[in-house]
Amino acid sequence: MRSFAYVRATTVDHAVAEVTADPDATYLAGGTTQVDLMKDEVFRPGRLVDITRLPLRDVTSDNGTLVVGALTTMEELAAHEVVAGRLPLVRQALLLGASPQLRHMATLGGNLLQRTRCRYFRDPGVACNKREPGAGCSAVDGFNRMHAVLGTSPACIATHASDVAVALLAVGASVRVRGQDGERVVPLTEFYRVPGSTPHVENVLAHGELITHLEIPLLPPGARSGYLKVRDRASYEFALASVAAALVIDDGRIRAAHLALGGVGTVPWHVPRAEELLRDAAPDAEVFSAAAEAALSGAVAQSGNGFKIELGRRAVVRMLSTLAEES
Amino acid sequence: MDGSAPQARVSPGPQARPVVRVPVVLRVNGTEHRIEVDTRTTLLDALRDSLKLTGTKKGCDQGQCGACTVHVDGKRVLSCLTLAASADGRAVRTIEGLEQNGTPHPLQESFVKHDGLQCGYCTSGQIMSAVALIEEGRAGSDDDIREFMSGNLCRCGAYPNIVAAIREVAGRGDDA
Ligand SMILES: Cc1cc2nc3c(=O)[nH]c(=O)nc-3n(C[C@H](O)[C@H](O)[C@H](O)COP(=O)(O)OP(=O)(O)OC[C@H]3O[C@@H](n4cnc5c(N)ncnc54)[C@H](O)[C@@H]3O)c2cc1C
Ligand code: SF4
Ligand code: FES
Ligand code: FES
Repeated sequence: MRSFAYVRATTVDHAVAEVTADPDATYLAGGTTQVDLMKDEVFRPGRLVDITRLPLRDVTSDNGTLVVGALTTMEELAAHEVVAGRLPLVRQALLLGASPQLRHMATLGGNLLQRTRCRYFRDPGVACNKREPGAGCSAVDGFNRMHAVLGTSPACIATHASDVAVALLAVGASVRVRGQDGERVVPLTEFYRVPGSTPHVENVLAHGELITHLEIPLLPPGARSGYLKVRDRASYEFALASVAAALVIDDGRIRAAHLALGGVGTVPWHVPRAEELLRDAAPDAEVFSAAAEAALSGAVAQSGNGFKIELGRRAVVRMLSTLAEES
Repeated sequence: MDGSAPQARVSPGPQARPVVRVPVVLRVNGTEHRIEVDTRTTLLDALRDSLKLTGTKKGCDQGQCGACTVHVDGKRVLSCLTLAASADGRAVRTIEGLEQNGTPHPLQESFVKHDGLQCGYCTSGQIMSAVALIEEGRAGSDDDIREFMSGNLCRCGAYPNIVAAIREVAGRGDDA
């Protein structure tokens, strides 16, 4: 690990000023991505601004929206009664991620900004466009079983590994961001950037911008929702494919539908087309497979991950049928 | 550089940066230690190297195995991914803090009774995690124990006996 100066932020403004002023500075929250990647020398900040003591840990319910401080931990949010009651898919996505120890450390803001698990990204000894723009991508001709089939480019095929981002994206959550020039609210649908020719740019944050809160719209009472995570082990493993879905079924018809996928995309993958197909349809096998088809439309297989396309489709059908069968 | 973490840029070769040292107060098992650490020092290394509390083990040093599990402000966390500077002033509990007046914690007794270990390298992490598991109210079934102990790996595969040891202390006897 490279040496760095350590600064403990006392206020949000202090934190933003410290990082904005120094191109080599970055934030430290739970540290489960940040410290890990500093050990590998993938990250080499000259200044680490510790935000863990900022008062951004409240969870409040406001007019149908849950406002979550960015430093709320995964365990804290999963335990919140409104999340358990009105956002079961978010709770499930949180509890199916990482391990209890990591979830006690990991914050929601940090979770959304976690970096890919692509093994080449994590190894400064090999070429990676995300780590070093223009260097090349070792995964295209390497081990890519865990890599993405949606949103890829010749420059990068790495998956975004967050589980909870998928559930938050499905329900239409936004992040509140503070920069030196004030605050803005960015819907998650506009937050992440597919790699294209600039895989090192992962989202719309400018250097120094701090996520202060998440705004999560509550599902209507009576909505059914869940998060299905398919992985190589029963627990403590990243997704091969995952599905976050919510349905409102009334009088034999789907009145509202939310759908997003994880483990298959270079960014958490929202599928508005599938949501449209589901809306006003009868909840049956036919429309579920049409939605699954739409969800994986445009998927491109690499040498080792072609199985993810069918796996993703089947996960969509399984999740939607499970919700439809719930009483 | 919009959207990219600035540190993801690769700097041209290792450049010498001055070592930065900061004072920290580590409150470990009720005792306050005032030490100075290199900012890079993890809580794990501070416990083992500065305070000589070597009960906490370093397995992977990358947040994957759970051997380094300790409690910070009452929650189980991984000391290998926690910076000592960040733990300044927080209440830390390690395996050395479980015994009371020479009497081992019931989970320590139970791990011995059920042979919940072979080499013992993962054991302090397993026990610290298990103490928290029971406090969190998540030891209600063997499946729950397995799920909520999944962050603690055991290369020797002592898992069945670890589950038995926890089950007994969680108060469900040997039959669950
Ligand atoms: C072994 C292991 C297994 C894991 N398994 C899973 C899994 O199954 N599912 C899953 O979803 N995740 C998993 N994770 C990832 C984990 O959830 C993330 O590392 C964690 O959520 C990051 O949060 P943090 O608070 O630790 O962030 P940090 O590591 O402190 O920060 C991450 C990044 O975000 C920046 N940052 C942090 N907070 C803010 C903010 N408020 N505003 C602006 N920038 C900020 C930091 O500068 C840094 O670049 C796993 C991690 C490990 C180590
Ligand atoms: S897939 Fe992306 S992150 Fe992985 S080596 Fe290629 S460029 Fe790097
Ligand atoms: S040593 Fe910390 S998790 Fe392995
Ligand atoms: S007893 Fe050897 S690793 Fe668990």
